[in-house]
Amino acid sequence: MEKHHINALKEIVGEENVLTSAEDLYCYSYDATPGHAHMPDAVVSPANTAETSKILKLANENHIPVYTRGSGTNLSAGCVPTKGGIVLLMTRLNKILEVDLENLVAVVEPGVIVADLNKEIASLGLIYPPDPGTVATATLGGTVAENAGGLRGLKYGVSKHYVMGLEVVLANGDIMNTGGKNVKDVSGYDMTKLFTGSEGTLCVITKIISKLVPAPEARKAMMAIFKDLDNAGKAVSSIIAAKIIPATLEIMDNATIRTVEDYAKVGLPLDAEAVLLIEVDGNPIVVEKEAEKVMEALKANHADLVQIAKDDAERDKLWAARRAALPALAKLRPTTYVEDATVPRNKVPDFLREVSSIAKKHNVTIGTFGHAGDGNMHPTIVCDIRIPEEMERVYQAMDEMFKAAIALGGTLSGEHGIGLGKLPWMEQQHGLVTMNAMRSIKRALDPNLILNPGKLVGEC
Amino acid sequence: MTEKITAKDINEQDKALLSDLQDALANCMKCGNCMEVCPVYKEVGKEAAVARGKLSLMEGVLKGSIPLSAAFDAAMSKCVSCKACTAKCPCGVPADELILRGRQAAVKARGLHPIKKKVFALLKNRHLFDFSLRMAGIFGPLSFKKIPGKMAALARFPMPGMDYKRVTAPFASTPLRSQYPEVIKVDRPTMRVGFFTGCTINYIYTDVGQSVINVLKENNIEVTMPSMQHCCGTPVYMSGDVDSAKILAKHNIETFDSYNFDYIVSACGSCTEAFRIEFPHLFHDDPKMSAMTEKLAKKTYEISEFLIDVVKIDKTKLGPVNATVTMHDPCHMARGIKVTKQPREVLKSIPGLHFVEMKAPDRCCGSGGSFSLGNYELSRKINDKKIADIASTNADTVVTSCGTCRMHLTDGLFQNNMNQDALHVIQVLDRSYKAGHQK
Repeated sequence: MEKHHINALKEIVGEENVLTSAEDLYCYSYDATPGHAHMPDAVVSPANTAETSKILKLANENHIPVYTRGSGTNLSAGCVPTKGGIVLLMTRLNKILEVDLENLVAVVEPGVIVADLNKEIASLGLIYPPDPGTVATATLGGTVAENAGGLRGLKYGVSKHYVMGLEVVLANGDIMNTGGKNVKDVSGYDMTKLFTGSEGTLCVITKIISKLVPAPEARKAMMAIFKDLDNAGKAVSSIIAAKIIPATLEIMDNATIRTVEDYAKVGLPLDAEAVLLIEVDGNPIVVEKEAEKVMEALKANHADLVQIAKDDAERDKLWAARRAALPALAKLRPTTYVEDATVPRNKVPDFLREVSSIAKKHNVTIGTFGHAGDGNMHPTIVCDIRIPEEMERVYQAMDEMFKAAIALGGTLSGEHGIGLGKLPWMEQQHGLVTMNAMRSIKRALDPNLILNPGKLVGEC
Repeated sequence: MTEKITAKDINEQDKALLSDLQDALANCMKCGNCMEVCPVYKEVGKEAAVARGKLSLMEGVLKGSIPLSAAFDAAMSKCVSCKACTAKCPCGVPADELILRGRQAAVKARGLHPIKKKVFALLKNRHLFDFSLRMAGIFGPLSFKKIPGKMAALARFPMPGMDYKRVTAPFASTPLRSQYPEVIKVDRPTMRVGFFTGCTINYIYTDVGQSVINVLKENNIEVTMPSMQHCCGTPVYMSGDVDSAKILAKHNIETFDSYNFDYIVSACGSCTEAFRIEFPHLFHDDPKMSAMTEKLAKKTYEISEFLIDVVKIDKTKLGPVNATVTMHDPCHMARGIKVTKQPREVLKSIPGLHFVEMKAPDRCCGSGGSFSLGNYELSRKINDKKIADIASTNADTVVTSCGTCRMHLTDGLFQNNMNQDALHVIQVLDRSYKAGHQK
């Protein structure tokens, strides 16, 4: 980028909203993914759609790469400005524009923090359910661009089930509107769904129309400990077969259990092969009935210990183990990779076994926890990125892990996105025909390849 | 910038400082959870303002990717040391301490900020420091206009380093320690306590010091305020000047050790933290000092903590205080020495007092000790959120356990045209004892 480009950007957003000092640029060279960092040439924060449009027009005409960023909590290097250029910081667009109680819809700007939207609508008895681990920090723009999921995915779905419409700026600066407040809408290609999860490679999101749902009135949490992984897997299947869709159905493997116990001393037996955490929510009467059925399913599948929370304090106790999973693992070693390979629900025990044998084979520490109900696992690899020999083993383990997920009919990413992190395995999962189709879409909407270039579909 | 100093230069100067820093920094997994709780980031909105950014900058300097520049220095200074990031961090990274280390590196490489250099030089000389602040108390009214009914004053004309509109507290015309004999005797004392007054209580909020003495006397405790005590050193330590901090710490440790008190009491979270955590940390590799420091650390208590946990005050002696009170937890109380229950218990023991919890009582008030001096606008914005939370409780009094918090809350209430009293917890208890005598 040249001096006159910087000056032009300052003209658009004002001097104070263009950062160019080495120190500031360094702070936007990374996201939450280990091992990827690159300095941008400028960090630009627009105040609105019009400014965003002007920035993209300028970037497109001058072939300057643009990396859209919210809070930078991405776990697949999606925010890393790998080719320099502009980091487009969307956090100044942070207003909740409308909460429409008749249509149960919110219209928000992309810089709004997910938890802030939920705080705002809580008093109205509503929730926006997608709740990735970063709800308290991540922006809606970022979570929609990544199609983020979370703990409640099984019952409530993920971001794409809530995005009804978008305002986006295309690579050439054109402003485009998709979808709207209509519950049913089959008019044209579903561009809303295409852009949701496009990881900043097709457009920049400037407004989101999202569905809201009534907050559940009651909830009930249960925990079960299994000495045998297969029994845990069967328990999950039995719960679903009993036609219960819990809001949360989490699993932790033995490596995670041992780490959590060592760190938080919550009383988990060290020889347990799996812990399930289940929460049902909804109408109080239904919740009671469903909890009963879940308890039956757990006992019928030989859970070695079951607990049910009588009140919120007990619920917190049951959740403590699951909440401690990531912090406990992360504290073991300096570098933490939280992966999100996902398999069909009934393959969860197979996948967990694969992961632990891969870990053993390469002498790598991997703890797996995750959303058993929707098959979305989080094999968490802890290591030290400063030790090259160890990293060799880590990369080999990762490679085998992703291949194992694909072989089980799974997918590389359930909710973190592909970005750069999982790019090497994309063709393996999708095949050349699909990859070419995806790349054609990319080229059609971004012919100069300025939007998050090299990510998601790779080089075009 | 010709005076750039690279990592290599510092490395040669101080290898130990760097090597352990490198491991600590590597533990940050850059998840960004600190963004949720950082009061500075909430206002500034830039990555360099939050712990993740600051730690990355340090990493960058250590790798030699970026210089140890004035901008680095500025980024490190934009931290209120509220420890919220450290409490939030899933990896257990002590970000607040690392940021201090960053400041230390900057001080080593670039020297102290010229204004701080002058102030700290003054601070190291106890006699000169005492003299200057006494003069401030005597001549202060010439430059500050007192606000009626409050321990607060407005500057009469613009002063260097001070915002014109800002409300501060007036310096006392007679410092606390000059108002009393060194040893305050009681009949048949149950114990002997050394009172570490700290600077704000000795020179500014003497009303707090008087209440501490009154309350301890009510409990038959002999109070001594060692005349040779001096600033605990936290302000210098927080600015990265470790050498000066050590001089002050050593002086205080030796002074208090010579009296052989049963307990040491302070009415300030930061001062208590200095005795209990900072001093042992400063001298952990000095066997002789370390033993003495550890001994003092074990018998140091914050006043509310002392009254509840050690003295176990007799609540039947308390008289009514008819007030609706809310409480702000100073950062160094909540996350430093982790004392939040005891001040509440003190308040809830008082008959007639209606206690209302505010939203996020332990969120930083924006003062950050001396942070607000160099960053008034920013600390004002952080404080405005706190003031709004106070307003929504409908309390008529806000209490806290820190002098600089009290000062900043008083300013915030004034700037927002609110009339609530800002007091120290112990002052309300003192009133309650007085009311008890009238029963």
